[in-house]
Amino acid sequence: MFSLIVGLVVAVVLLVVNIVLLKISFVPKELRILTIISIMVGYVYWGFEPFAHHEMHPHVAEASYEFDGKGDIEALEAQAKEIEAKGGDRSALDTEIAQTKEFWSNVVAISELSGNVETGSELVVANCTACHSIESEGFPKLMEDTDAAAAYGVTPPDLSLAGRIYDKNYLAAFIINPVKAMHIEHKYPVTGSKVFPMPGSDWMSNQEIADMVAYLQEVASKVDAPTVADGASDFEIAKAKNKEVFEAACVRCHSMEYAGIDAKTSAEAMREYIGATPPDLSQHIRSRGADYLHNFINDPQRKLPGTGMPRVGLTLEAEKQVVDYMEQIGDSKKQEREALGPIVLIYLTILAVFALLWKKQIWKKLH
Amino acid sequence: MINESRRGFMGKAFGAVAAVGAVGSLVAMKRSWDPLPSVMAAGFTTVDMSKLEENKLEIVKWQGKPIFLLKFAADMPAVEKRSVKVGEHYYSVMIGLCTHLGCIPAYSSANKQFKCACHGGEFNAAGIHTFGPPPRPLDIPPFAIKDENTIVLGESSPEYEALIASLSTDNNIA
Amino acid sequence: MAEFEKANSIGEWFDQRLNTSGFWRVMMTEYWIPKNINFLWAMGALLAMLFTLLLVTGIFLLMYYKPDVNMAFDSVNYTIMQEVAYGWIFRNIHGVGASVVFLVIYIHMFTGIYYGSYKKGREMIWLSGMLLFVLFSAEGFSGYMLPWGQMSYWAAYVITEIFGGIPFIGDELVIWIRGNFYVADATLTRFFMLHVLLIPLAILGAIVFHFYTLRFPHVNNEEGEFFDYKEESEKYLAGNQKESKVIAFWPDFLSKDFMVISIFMIFFFYLVFYHNAFAMDPVNFDKADGLKTPAHIYPEWYFLWSYEVLRGFFFDIAGISGKSLGLIAFGFAQIIFVLLPWLDKSPMVKPANQRPVFKYWFWILMADLFVLTIFGKLPPTGINAWVGFYASISFIVLFLALPYLTKLEAKMVGGK
Repeated sequence: MFSLIVGLVVAVVLLVVNIVLLKISFVPKELRILTIISIMVGYVYWGFEPFAHHEMHPHVAEASYEFDGKGDIEALEAQAKEIEAKGGDRSALDTEIAQTKEFWSNVVAISELSGNVETGSELVVANCTACHSIESEGFPKLMEDTDAAAAYGVTPPDLSLAGRIYDKNYLAAFIINPVKAMHIEHKYPVTGSKVFPMPGSDWMSNQEIADMVAYLQEVASKVDAPTVADGASDFEIAKAKNKEVFEAACVRCHSMEYAGIDAKTSAEAMREYIGATPPDLSQHIRSRGADYLHNFINDPQRKLPGTGMPRVGLTLEAEKQVVDYMEQIGDSKKQEREALGPIVLIYLTILAVFALLWKKQIWKKLH
Repeated sequence: MINESRRGFMGKAFGAVAAVGAVGSLVAMKRSWDPLPSVMAAGFTTVDMSKLEENKLEIVKWQGKPIFLLKFAADMPAVEKRSVKVGEHYYSVMIGLCTHLGCIPAYSSANKQFKCACHGGEFNAAGIHTFGPPPRPLDIPPFAIKDENTIVLGESSPEYEALIASLSTDNNIA
Repeated sequence: MAEFEKANSIGEWFDQRLNTSGFWRVMMTEYWIPKNINFLWAMGALLAMLFTLLLVTGIFLLMYYKPDVNMAFDSVNYTIMQEVAYGWIFRNIHGVGASVVFLVIYIHMFTGIYYGSYKKGREMIWLSGMLLFVLFSAEGFSGYMLPWGQMSYWAAYVITEIFGGIPFIGDELVIWIRGNFYVADATLTRFFMLHVLLIPLAILGAIVFHFYTLRFPHVNNEEGEFFDYKEESEKYLAGNQKESKVIAFWPDFLSKDFMVISIFMIFFFYLVFYHNAFAMDPVNFDKADGLKTPAHIYPEWYFLWSYEVLRGFFFDIAGISGKSLGLIAFGFAQIIFVLLPWLDKSPMVKPANQRPVFKYWFWILMADLFVLTIFGKLPPTGINAWVGFYASISFIVLFLALPYLTKLEAKMVGGK
């Protein structure tokens, strides 16, 4: 509403400026006309692009990579206030707020412990490798992807890179309570009949969880950089690294047709699992844009409440690699475009100078 | 008069700069007709030679052309400068287009020879022309031997270069 | 036939057979344009340039585009954008060009309105120009469907749905236009044909006709002055070019056109390389899905004002449904500019700022079109819907009032 009034006031001011400009005689006439047209075109552009997008896509909280629960608690408190303002009962939410606070303060406490890799290794083998592979450590997949999807609802992720691409706090939170960490309580309500395939390990001690996280981090640090052809450019090397992270983080559910990547879980299985088919990501860099993708991946519920996509808990760096990879596939000519752009613009400037000189020569005899 | 010619000069200069731009855009237009990366990538065909049977012709498609793959039986002597040794066996690896007018010759296992139905040209198992109008032996496509069972068509290799080099010297002598 | 002398040069050989020198003289060096003009008079040549760019890039896109609902999206976004060498630049020029050509059309059109270039013998110029506007609109709409993204699909869906509002035959007409009960393969292939063949042919013809309509009434000038072209051109040919009120089309007029075009191209290619999202909507990079409408759908910016008139009437008035009222208003908006030469009853041919009544009308119309354009993109809820309603009403009232206002003006200036 405020921007609407501002917009209309600006429009009136612009019209007055235009009419005044028509009368200022000491400025060359063609320049005045150009100014008037530029102002009008600029105003319309402002209206149908930045202003319209601002109105259609309200701002949401900035992405946060702390994974300390602050954002969750703030969101719940805002919700509670809203209910209170409408005269509703906020006691249920207050319970949830208290639980959430406790949950995350526990996670933060875990992150301050120093984990023991060897104990962590034993715990992971005892508790995780029945479903999860860790191929870099020689724990193979026990089933084909399709069978695993049929058994669990979705193909369980390989854990080789988990310690690198997922935030440390997030991993701890996830092991204790996956549904809460992923922000998909709406899909798996505590009281509901649907149960998330991975059970929470809230029975473990804080030290044990810290040990497991430490082990996963140790495993990830030993994974070799992806192999590339001899003499590959820096761009190709970066692309291969980004692809590795993209495949670990996204490809269980999403395909990337333009890179020849199929989702590990079939579309039918995904529909069964979350009630929707995750989109192919080939063109998301164009349809959503890098900014949106960063905010969305960081916490999907904030941008698109109710979506089936969980918060995956990527670190800032891993998330950047994912978005970069989407750009390298979906906007593969970006480098070429940015290299050619200045050349074309410089050429056109030279052309315009010559055109101007020629016109001046021709018109000398006319005036 | 000076004024006239200077005016003419500026016009020509502008025209020349514009022409540079036009030529530049022609380059982009030309390039847009080049085969696509996916076409170029598909220019390689990997063949598993272990599936071939002796004295039985196998035809695979490479860059839209039929490629003859023939595994020599024990009683078929290898032909110098024509036969390709992959693993323990000798093979003919040839573009299956008659060097006369491009028809596809048929192989007869009994006679161990190729016969072209169009104008009666004949080639032996190594692809050397033995009768009729074909002016030269069947052409050999670029290939690379990857291991004892695998070759890749479309990729050059020292073996291929050697074959081609010997062929061209032969032609010079002929 | 008279006997031909042996030609001394290639030029002479053609001249004997085709009278090229005579043609050049009539079309170029002795085709007279008023001298009293500004750079807005170069918009026509600029449009010719932009149309050429669209035509050439369109030809290159056509070589890889596949008009099939299963292949169209990927043929554009994968084959052309990622695979074909320089395919991306052809598409960016085509997409940005389609948007920018409307910007220049609007500048050209409102220049004509501002300077009164549709009056007193110049009606055919105006009419053929409006025909071109309609053809370009159809070309823009049909082309927008081809990438087969979400905006392509839903724009096609909503716009074809509009024909359903026509009494009695509406429902059958919609199915006939689509060739199916929904927007489908048949719709895509027929709009593809329209976009690459029929409409471009019609545009080419209409451009030639538009040039021809300028021939006899001559191009208007900055002051709306009428003068004797014969007399002025004789002055020019006698070497008295400084005093003559006319200039030659070639090289005088075109040298200025080329200058404006060259400068404009810097701006244009800046958009092509660095700022093309305004012309290639992000939503259209999602593949068409007939079962999922995007959260916000809106036409390209150049259709927003008439789209807002269409949806401005969101409630029933006097027993007529809002939908019908919107359609009637939309129809009104589509044809009313065509009738401008007959709605303006003032004989005055002057720039708007020198006309005592028309100047207010012109600037209010501009403001109203800005409001319609900007609100045409916003979600039509709450206050936005009412702004749209009043802006639509204002648009209609402005045109209905024009004959009375201009008659008043004619009285004030005493028939001058």
